Amino acid sequence: MSKHREKIKGNISIAITGSGGAGVMTAGNLLLEVAAQAGWYGLMVRSSGPQIRGGEAAALLRFSHAPVECLDDRFDILIGIDWQNIHRFADEIPLDATSVMIGDPEQGEPPEVFVQRGARYAPLPFKQMAKAIPGSWPNMIALGLGAGLCGLPQESVHAVLQKSLKKGGGEKMAANLAAADAGYAAAANVPAVPRLAHKNAHGAKVQARWLITGNQAAGFGVVRGGVRFCAAYPITPATEVLEWLAPALPKVGGTLVQAEDELASVNMIVGASYGGVPAVTATSGPGLSLMIEAIGLAVAAEVPIVVIDVMRGGPSTGIPAKSEQSDVNIAVNGLHGDAPRIVVAPNSIADCVSATQWAVYLAEAMQSPAIVLSDQYFGQTRAVVDPPADIGLVGERLKPNAGAEGYKRYAITESGISPMSIPGMPGTAYTADGLEHNERGLPSSQSGDHIRQLDKRAKKLAEFDYGERWADVEGKGELAIVTFGSCTGAAREALARADAEGIKARLVSLRLLSPSQPERLAAALAGAKRLLVVEQNHTGQLYRYLRAEYDLPGEVKSFRHAGPLPMRPDEIHQQITEWSRA
Amino acid sequence: MNSSATTAAAAAPITAQAFKSDYKPIWCPGCGDYSVLSSFTKAFAKLNLLPENIAVVSGIGCSSRIPAYTTCYGFHGVHGRSLAAAAGLKLARPDLTVVVASGDGDGYSIGGNHFLHACRRNVDLTYVVMDNHVYGMTKGQPSPTTEPDWDSKLSPGGTGLRTFNPLVIALAAGANFVARAFAGDPNGTAGIIAEAISTPGFSFVEILSPCVTFRPEQREWKQQVRPAPVTHTDDAARAARRLMTDDGFNIGVLYKGERKPYQPPIGKGKKHPSDLEAEFAL
Amino acid sequence: MSTKKSSKKGVKRDAKPRAKPGAKPSAKRTTAVAKPKGARTPRSASAKTAPKALVPSASEFMAYAYAMEAEAAERYAEFADAMEVHNNREVAELFRKLSRIEQIHADQILEQMGWKQAPATTADVRWQGSEGPETADPTELHYLMQPYHALQIALHNEKRARDFFAHLAKASKDAGVRAGALEMKEEEAEHVRLIESWLERTPVPEAGWEADLDPPVLSD
Repeated sequence: MSKHREKIKGNISIAITGSGGAGVMTAGNLLLEVAAQAGWYGLMVRSSGPQIRGGEAAALLRFSHAPVECLDDRFDILIGIDWQNIHRFADEIPLDATSVMIGDPEQGEPPEVFVQRGARYAPLPFKQMAKAIPGSWPNMIALGLGAGLCGLPQESVHAVLQKSLKKGGGEKMAANLAAADAGYAAAANVPAVPRLAHKNAHGAKVQARWLITGNQAAGFGVVRGGVRFCAAYPITPATEVLEWLAPALPKVGGTLVQAEDELASVNMIVGASYGGVPAVTATSGPGLSLMIEAIGLAVAAEVPIVVIDVMRGGPSTGIPAKSEQSDVNIAVNGLHGDAPRIVVAPNSIADCVSATQWAVYLAEAMQSPAIVLSDQYFGQTRAVVDPPADIGLVGERLKPNAGAEGYKRYAITESGISPMSIPGMPGTAYTADGLEHNERGLPSSQSGDHIRQLDKRAKKLAEFDYGERWADVEGKGELAIVTFGSCTGAAREALARADAEGIKARLVSLRLLSPSQPERLAAALAGAKRLLVVEQNHTGQLYRYLRAEYDLPGEVKSFRHAGPLPMRPDEIHQQITEWSRA
Repeated sequence: MNSSATTAAAAAPITAQAFKSDYKPIWCPGCGDYSVLSSFTKAFAKLNLLPENIAVVSGIGCSSRIPAYTTCYGFHGVHGRSLAAAAGLKLARPDLTVVVASGDGDGYSIGGNHFLHACRRNVDLTYVVMDNHVYGMTKGQPSPTTEPDWDSKLSPGGTGLRTFNPLVIALAAGANFVARAFAGDPNGTAGIIAEAISTPGFSFVEILSPCVTFRPEQREWKQQVRPAPVTHTDDAARAARRLMTDDGFNIGVLYKGERKPYQPPIGKGKKHPSDLEAEFAL
Repeated sequence: MSTKKSSKKGVKRDAKPRAKPGAKPSAKRTTAVAKPKGARTPRSASAKTAPKALVPSASEFMAYAYAMEAEAAERYAEFADAMEVHNNREVAELFRKLSRIEQIHADQILEQMGWKQAPATTADVRWQGSEGPETADPTELHYLMQPYHALQIALHNEKRARDFFAHLAKASKDAGVRAGALEMKEEEAEHVRLIESWLERTPVPEAGWEADLDPPVLSD
């Protein structure tokens, strides 16, 4: 455990647990909203048992005055509305001797596994307190308690509750406000927990921030990028992207259709895009496996599509409701034949907006499929973020002039990108084909045509100017962390801790995984002697990919573990510290 | 009749309980699938089968969780492909009793194509679909059997699409046994499943199985179901006419044909690989 | 396929899963305070499934009675399991208790008849619906249900069992069956009184007992 934690900007981690109707997620979400209201940053991760309703649940929150991108290595506070089956969350809620647990004595003792960590225990009769305020719920007590313990202003609790309970009617409001106040007051009796210093009073002018999940952000991002058609098939944990797009697309003149399966949804978007409408679908690992054939078709026929893969535990059905970064292989390598394609990975929840928007832009510009590697952690975590600025890139594909004489759809050009005619344009009709073809698009088995088209498709991706967005390169040092996606937040924090100790290290968080960028990476790693490739999967997929695609400088190590547990800052920090000393 | 030669000893008939595993279902309390599980076990006991000679094959969804809740061999495969996996299993191991479990999403949406061809191919399987007119496991999206005006997040205002009629499709595609059952009558359903298993060829049983969480109004189904007013026919056209005009609540065996099941011989050829070399010899 | 128009909105349930009157049986529960204790309309009675010729023969009678108790015991045990998985410990324990009681009744019949194992019966145990008189209806369950609800279910079933035996006591052509049925009817009536006394000691659920602020959860 790092003793330098105090030097880092203050933050506080709190978990709320309970089961069967306790309303844990609601309490957690409200607490997050309270923090947002008070001008704090924060995020909430959800974890649940396998039951559809009534299961055990945990809301895992972290707050700070600086943007929060990942969970900490431990929790300061654990509130257990009840303890039924909560031991299953033991690995996800690390506690230690400085942590405090609050539980309802009526519900029995906290699980042994938490007690053993040395956390202090403070009883609070949630159920009794709620009974004493007729019409109130125990989770409101927990909400008030949580707010009090974290040092959130009470006015923010009131403001959030008033807004959220407005629908329930007057009596509910009064009762639950009272319950939250009771919880808030009870915080004073809990053994001291370091509180986050007040930076802003309630309602202080902070630039308007957003409260958003990665899945919502991804949906919004593609709409910003110009997508107007989506074909959807539900799958955990991607369904919310589609559910967000369903009402949103019609508002901007687009539409979403529910397909019968992933084979249908991906082929539908290829069809829509062939018709000139930028199109998207969202899925997870198992769905992506099904979509592989049609993605190859989009490569061969040069039809732009965006496929968002919200990664989950694999392989096969795997662990549907948990995060993992184990779809790198299939994304960069999964197609049969020589089939280059674009792979983009957002590296924060806010970046889920910009990165998907960028993916639409790239796909349309290069008339190619783009796979976006998001993950369950981003997708289903709700965070307070600074509104991501519109990157101003909207998908637009090169089109031929109307009635162009002797139009060749797959003409060999300098850039490799050839104008793409849209059905309805007179004089430039063509047949898109998965079969190899000549410049006019007619099927060909000729060696010359095959080589020309393979070169064209490879070139258009390889020589495109991706600009600065290909990666986030931060810091200086001889030790470099190379990572992508949701490990980035933990890596950033690890670097900040190392920096406070005087250890200099740099971060390269790849946003563009494919095609590889040899010159850019070489420049980003100039002077680096030690590379630590960090990722959340079992076989080191990014590590192997980098070694295959790049000449990497110096010593290269892989630091990795599979899901479902996240990569925590301290894990990376320890690696940095040890390797710097060695 | 399945060709399993080993059934439970007549002296101590096997109980339904013997087919239930210790693993407690995660289905919501009140879910119709609990009754279907009970019907499975009763049907297996009624037929005097042994757990080790039965394979329960499923896809993805609430209904597809059923294999692990039995003591039979189970295969929890991928979404929509249970019929394919089951066909492969039965064709390679005709001695087994193979029962396939699915839901309306898994079976009629992504599984639709395999459904058509399973009916056409007529392998000796029993296909049980627990239909609750919704995608339960992914939190409530419309399925092919959902009414057109049912509001959901993925299809706000309803899909506006006609519902799928799986029983008619099954007939048209060549299924040899078509029945509809209701989870609220576990004993009756057990009888139908037993008859389905005993009938050679592809036997299809649609079970109306209410979803208390996403379709609580389906509690009313018990007021709407009725025994089918006429006994089943062996005339596919007549059965199709009946099915196209019923309101979806006639319960019972609706069609029973005489098609011979598809089962290419396996394990019959006795040649050795070296016997095949002559073809290449000069 | 059903041509009935759907009467419920699926998506709204996430926000506030309150029982809407007339749509769910729990609508009755929320007004439990107003109703006389123990009063309950049997929901499984269906005019369309009129009782078949269920009057068992003399030799079948006790086997039938045994099957009733055994089925009831098994059903309560299933309920207990489902409640346990859904973290409703109190109701799980209550159903476990009810299951044990039914099992005792079943065992008593075995002992009375000198049977070493459960008798085979060809009769399909049904009464006013698709299942036995004492078998609880699964659609009455709710993962947040309270002991009061569970006891209401038990009361309903005991009354059905009592009424079934009362019916047999009149309708059977066999004097021995009539006598046996009368005896069983008295026993079931005793069970009814027992459950009623438990109900008197059990708190009536408040309005909003089924409120769960959290939405359903993805799993697969």
